Amino acid sequence: MFEDLSLHILDIVENSIRAEAKNIKIKITENLEKDLLSIEIEDDGKGMNEEMVKKVLDPFVTTKSGHKVGLGLPFLAQASKMANGNIFIKSKPGKGTKITAVFQHSHIDRQPLGDIKETLMTLIIGNPEVNFIFTYRRNGKKYHLDTKKLSKNNLKNLLNNLNKIFENFPREVKNE
Amino acid sequence: MPKLKLEDLQKIKEKVRRETVLREGAGKAKITVHMGTCGIAAGARKIMSVILEEIEKRDVKDIIVTTSGCAGLCSREPMITVELLGKAPVKYVDLTEDKMRRIFEEHVLNGKIVKEYMLAIGSERVD
Ligand SMILES: Nc1ncnc2c1ncn2[C@@H]1O[C@H](COP(=O)(O)OP(=O)(O)O)[C@@H](O)[C@H]1O
Ligand SMILES: [Mg+2]
Repeated sequence: MFEDLSLHILDIVENSIRAEAKNIKIKITENLEKDLLSIEIEDDGKGMNEEMVKKVLDPFVTTKSGHKVGLGLPFLAQASKMANGNIFIKSKPGKGTKITAVFQHSHIDRQPLGDIKETLMTLIIGNPEVNFIFTYRRNGKKYHLDTKKLSKNNLKNLLNNLNKIFENFPREVKNE
Repeated sequence: MPKLKLEDLQKIKEKVRRETVLREGAGKAKITVHMGTCGIAAGARKIMSVILEEIEKRDVKDIIVTTSGCAGLCSREPMITVELLGKAPVKYVDLTEDKMRRIFEEHVLNGKIVKEYMLAIGSERVD
């Protein structure tokens, strides 16, 4: 089990990357009025068939060689259910996958967001061939990051540019 | 011969591109951080941050940092692979932030393998 939501997000997006996604959208919405927190991860990877979608929340399934159990999605399902929420999976072979996890924002067992910035830096630097679109909404305010607009030729410049972009993000996603 | 699909071709292209980048000196070192579920749970993301910090701190231009899936050695995570141009890849296991800083300094920058932290040769298949 992971201790915060940013680690769940990293793990769930790694599934998308393994499914050969080229475009991955990550949306986090905090709505204090409705007492909701939602995380949405949408990819254009190879997708899953209906049978797989049903099985994937059962922690005794995986298609990867050498491993008998897949734990990532069951972990996220558990984290959301602990906080009076739920997980939804929509997927189509050849089209892509959308994972949505919702949480009761104020629930005592709702895990903290954690270091979303560190998760995004790891994903963006580690997978330069993938486009990431990150949207964070909190109480009507919207923050946006689209890596398509960034040059990835030089690692140091990319790090610099990402750090600059994150300066405009609120501290809730930076664990500061 | 089985027909090649477009995605196969794209995969091959991507593989060739990555290898060319390493060969042509755009990268004289490649660090791969294993970012599977076990790796993440064991702290692989922090290891990645340490590498990025070191790169920002120093004047290094020719290092490639990438991530990969589970390496099948869950009990030895966090784990990285360091590959210097023209040399065999070296796997490091049971990493901490301090070990990572030392590997960066000694192996990645100065080409000297840190033997104490290396995965013993032949133990790759142990699960
Ligand atoms: N975004 C995705 N696209 C395609 N297949 C997926 C995706 N996410 C999960 N899967 C499938 O579900 C399986 C289980 O995922 P998960 O619970 O994270 O465990 P693991 O990654 O260890 O196998 C994966 O091995 C994969 O076959
Ligand atoms: Mg997974």
